[in-house]
Amino acid sequence: MKLLAAATLSLLVTTSAFAAIHNVEAGPDAQERLQTALIEAEPGDTVQIGEGRFELTDGLSLDVDRVTVAGAGADATILDFTNQQGAGEGLYVTSDDVVLRDFAIENTTGDGIKSKDADRITYTGLRVEWTGGPSPDNGAYGIYPVESTHVLVQNSIVRGASDAGIYVGQSDQIVVRHNVVEQNVAGIEIENSYNADVYENAVSQNTGGILVFDLPNLPQMGGHSVRVFRNAIADNNTDNFAPEGNIVAGVPAGTGIMVMANRNVHIFENALTDNGSASVMIVAYRQPFEDENYNPLPRDVVVRDNVQNNAGYAPDFAGGAELAAAMGGRIPPIFWDGNGSGIVVNENTPVLSLGLTRPGQPVTEARPAPADLRSDSVPTEPEAVVLPDSMAFANE
Amino acid sequence: MIRLIAVLLAWLTLAGLNDVPAVNDAAIMDDGYPRQLSDFAFFFDDHAQEPNARVHAYELNTPLFTDYAVKQRWVYVPPGQRIAYAPDGTFEFPVGSALIKSFGYPADFRDPDSPVRLLETRVMLRRPDGWVALPYVWNADGTEAVLARAGRRMPASFIDADGETREFSYRVPNQNQCKGCHQRDDEIQPIGPSARNLNNGTRLAQWVDWGILGRSPADAPRIAVWDDPATGTLDERARAYLDVNCAHCHRRNGSASNSGLFLTYEEPDSVARGILKRPVAAGRGSGGHDFNIAPGHADRSILVHRMESDDPGVQMPELGRELLHREGIELIRRYIDAMPAANDGQG
Repeated sequence: MKLLAAATLSLLVTTSAFAAIHNVEAGPDAQERLQTALIEAEPGDTVQIGEGRFELTDGLSLDVDRVTVAGAGADATILDFTNQQGAGEGLYVTSDDVVLRDFAIENTTGDGIKSKDADRITYTGLRVEWTGGPSPDNGAYGIYPVESTHVLVQNSIVRGASDAGIYVGQSDQIVVRHNVVEQNVAGIEIENSYNADVYENAVSQNTGGILVFDLPNLPQMGGHSVRVFRNAIADNNTDNFAPEGNIVAGVPAGTGIMVMANRNVHIFENALTDNGSASVMIVAYRQPFEDENYNPLPRDVVVRDNVQNNAGYAPDFAGGAELAAAMGGRIPPIFWDGNGSGIVVNENTPVLSLGLTRPGQPVTEARPAPADLRSDSVPTEPEAVVLPDSMAFANE
Repeated sequence: MIRLIAVLLAWLTLAGLNDVPAVNDAAIMDDGYPRQLSDFAFFFDDHAQEPNARVHAYELNTPLFTDYAVKQRWVYVPPGQRIAYAPDGTFEFPVGSALIKSFGYPADFRDPDSPVRLLETRVMLRRPDGWVALPYVWNADGTEAVLARAGRRMPASFIDADGETREFSYRVPNQNQCKGCHQRDDEIQPIGPSARNLNNGTRLAQWVDWGILGRSPADAPRIAVWDDPATGTLDERARAYLDVNCAHCHRRNGSASNSGLFLTYEEPDSVARGILKRPVAAGRGSGGHDFNIAPGHADRSILVHRMESDDPGVQMPELGRELLHREGIELIRRYIDAMPAANDGQG
């Protein structure tokens, strides 16, 4: 009997002291009730958001470690920011070991969900959408982790972002998998980041499908070690609707995968179909820059074993139409500007090189010609990204 | 007779001083979040105007713009303690200190006697394990302010200096948003009280006289008053304005570190200061422009575009600004237009 009492007591302690659930239902004052729950949650707690539509006017934020924010499903729990009046994003997370799952964010005026300096963060089963379709008035990023170590984005849907649907910036140890990203300018963008696995995503109707970029003048530069594999990347031909000035505003419509100024990027076993400009583009950063620590060249980029079908029939860049006409109606599916080193294409897909020899060189100096980039000397593929076991969904 | 009254008054004042109640140090120091502003006993009236012992009003050379709100700043340092003077950065306050800032509006900015209606009071508490920032929202009578950790939206209106009625939705930040701006690395820090933003020639000495600051050296740094040309050049005033209004996030260890745009007064890298710097994650905040600052061309500068917007997806600062700061915009426009135009390929 004593034993039973002790066991009951320990059970009570376990359930009550360590993992409170803060239920928040739809209704009046949703803004203040939801934000209060996000502030009052203790490490280990769950903020459980009920079904229905939550009308919100200001950004939400979470700054408590080890909190799970869960909804009843990406179509059942909808955080509606159509009438947002303040803050640069819908939800902003600045704490570690956070799980965001099973809810939707709609029509934020800025970014959808941003997390900064939030290590071991999980985004799963979410939907971030601008419901009016592609428009330059939509927010920039849907799912936006930045400056974080160990990032998992999975099983989520992002539509309509005027920059990138899923954007991972200045981070390390990243897994982006099993997402549906469509009708964004960039579907998925890995920028100034190290060690990323991007796989088994369905990427369609964006301007560009998957971008792996590195930009100058940022605290973290020298992006490297990225694997893009087993993705379905189809029909990314949406006219570019990004506001001018942003780097993605220069991405040609009809781009499947684009690698710019990165090192050791491996692209394999993807299905690439109906991308009008190119299946894969490998280029240097073209703008002038003042940053002695920045390398604008693509280096050690490997393309192998992809299934490619129907690309290069509508190249959306200056001189593209003339080039296609001169080459019999379409350009080769793989496009390389000629810059960089260690560029390897070990598959039966034709390659077009522009023959440029330095970054920022005027395209009028291009000498486009088919190129053979087969090689037996293949840069070593990065190891698979391993997320820590403490991340609940890491080893699904 | 007049002399006698003066002596009497002085005596009364002195006697009154001795009776000024003490601040509730336990409310500052203990864990937890006092429900009401009055719990701290910073003031002996209900309207947060008459300070208790060792609570002192102060001002800054160049303040943060917050929707034209009138701000009352107060500093409290516990008895027997002093802030150690430091020339760089915000002062390190002794444990047990507090900073109190009230925000409100007179009904009519043209009338100096128009009473100020307080909307909120933000409190920063220096506890043993670091600073805590809490927002308190005033009731309609202005007799008590209650903790609002989740923030609040409230209607506000005033008649501005030009006689124009301004009506808008005033936003009290939530506790996380307080931290967002007050964050240095992972710690909460005050923003305003630094040697250079306090120093106006007399103010530091006043803090020493009050017994809250260790010393006030003659060579203390000093930044310009943003709207007073007598205090600095256009460049100095603009950079003071950007430091105070932007650099709490746009600094190397601040909330906007990932942007690479650093607007601290001492930032040496011109690209990091925005000059010919391209946007990174601005989205439609770019306004179609290529550079944060296009020298000589305020109209082509993202910085100006975002100051001139009140769309939360575009505007800067992201928080604490529902209205445009016309005079601040004018200053930054002149600062950028006065820069020699660069050969950026756009003529």
